[in-house]
Amino acid sequence: MKAYFGRRYLVSASHRLHNPALTAGQNRAVYGKCNNAHGHGHNYVLEVLVGGAVDAETGMVVDLVALDKAVGERILDRFDHANLNLDPLFADRVPTTENFCQAIFALLKNALPGGKLEHVRVEETENNFFECSAQPVS
Amino acid sequence: MIFLTRRATFSASHYYWNEAWPAEKNQQVFGRCANRNGHGHNYTLEVTVAGEPDPVTGFVVDLKWLKNVMEREVLSAYDHRHLNLETPEFKNAIPTTENIAIAAWQRLEPAINAAGGASLSRIRVYETPEIFAEYRGEA
Repeated sequence: MKAYFGRRYLVSASHRLHNPALTAGQNRAVYGKCNNAHGHGHNYVLEVLVGGAVDAETGMVVDLVALDKAVGERILDRFDHANLNLDPLFADRVPTTENFCQAIFALLKNALPGGKLEHVRVEETENNFFECSAQPVS
Repeated sequence: MIFLTRRATFSASHYYWNEAWPAEKNQQVFGRCANRNGHGHNYTLEVTVAGEPDPVTGFVVDLKWLKNVMEREVLSAYDHRHLNLETPEFKNAIPTTENIAIAAWQRLEPAINAAGGASLSRIRVYETPEIFAEYRGEA
């Protein structure tokens, strides 16, 4: 039977929303206080949902310890307590949480110890979150 | 289509053990979860039903009715119980969070679908705030 296993992780990181192709005034108009020169930080909550058949011997979709290791190595070691703007992934992309979410999805998609990556959700604050899934956008 | 979700909590104990395996393999695969005296969690059960609002009441389902169904079908069997020792579905299946989500679906689906109006859409079981499993009725 197909089921889904979800796991939530915490990533504390800083970012600044700024597009060098826009003028200072345009950046201010588009990004508001998120454009402040020295950036700011969030406690991002990262939710990873893995889908797959429940293994008959273990009762599991994916091994939690192996999943933690993969997410730890690919995502947490890289982004936790980091400045997202300085990561090569964001050299040419504004580190909005939309782009951060897509980047995490791409980094994890082929790195899971089992199952298929169904979605990545990134909660920037308690009140806003972004989701990126395997489904094509219709 | 509206999706309506009701949450409930239950506290239960369990352990992970596959009787077909030697002890060493159980300990290697399941780690601390294989401790034979078991351990417990405060689980959160989320039940999502899908349907159209009734033209008279505006309800997809009556939430009080759904609460009673969840209590009767799931919480009365799982809350303050040892899942391995006291629930028939885990006599032979390991009570992982995945299997609890599937078992909760099997307990709830007949009652919810028999009532008409709404169908069971999704079960989510949180073992801790950071770990959950989901079942959507797929084969």
